[in-house]
Amino acid sequence: MTGNQIMFIVFSAMIVIFSILTVTSRRILRAATFLLFVLISTSGLYFMLNFQFLAAVQLTLYAGGIVVLIIFSILLTSHIDEKFESAALLKKVYGAIASILGAVLVINTLINYTFVPSTEAAKDINMNLIGNSLISWGEQGYALPFELISILLLAAMIAAIVVAKKIKTN
Amino acid sequence: MNTGIPLEYFLVMATLMFFAGVYGFITRKNLITILMSVELMLNAVNIMLLAFNRYLYPNQLEGHFFALFVIAVAASEAAVAIAIIINIYRSFHSIDVEKTDEMKY
Repeated sequence: MTGNQIMFIVFSAMIVIFSILTVTSRRILRAATFLLFVLISTSGLYFMLNFQFLAAVQLTLYAGGIVVLIIFSILLTSHIDEKFESAALLKKVYGAIASILGAVLVINTLINYTFVPSTEAAKDINMNLIGNSLISWGEQGYALPFELISILLLAAMIAAIVVAKKIKTN
Repeated sequence: MNTGIPLEYFLVMATLMFFAGVYGFITRKNLITILMSVELMLNAVNIMLLAFNRYLYPNQLEGHFFALFVIAVAASEAAVAIAIIINIYRSFHSIDVEKTDEMKY
């Protein structure tokens, strides 16, 4: 067993166990911490797949940004040591049936389809290539989605400020 | 291939992660935990996109950029969702989905 395989086993076990704990834990701050572990192991997987830039983005944006935002809003809206009451049994059963059936269906399809791994040489991904692709058009260019994302981010920023602003009452 | 791991292992792992998110989305009542389940689902899809990119089309970057845009959309979605959650908390003093039913019928 190579080191790569051991790393993959560790990361995927962490992802699966902690994502199940995230959706079943009854203390909300613990759920957020488990989500943080899931996101960090995901970035480990990106490093294994040789996507260093995306792994760094995942670490800074998800683990550094979104989880902190979630934890702050938890602190603003609920007591830390408050425990949720368990969801209704019927709801749990329906949720489990829906997700297990869906998982079985998807995994069955995935295993029965034969993927043909490409033997071409992998492209070397460096910051130069990523930056040039983001502002060029035509073959391998992503200028249009990049501009759309910039408008979306601006709209989201304005919307977040307007929605969270305190409404003045006379 | 640089890793000794079949593509299917990545896909099965991401599928389990996605359906853990689906389970949380159905059973949770607190708005913030529902948001966390959505983040789990988005991450699972990102893993799948990147694994496909690396194993099936290693000389192109479609999966890489798609994952990048998914991350940007997820970030803006989280920001707007948390603004809405805080606003809901101000008017209802609770973020339980069962109690915020003023516009239900």
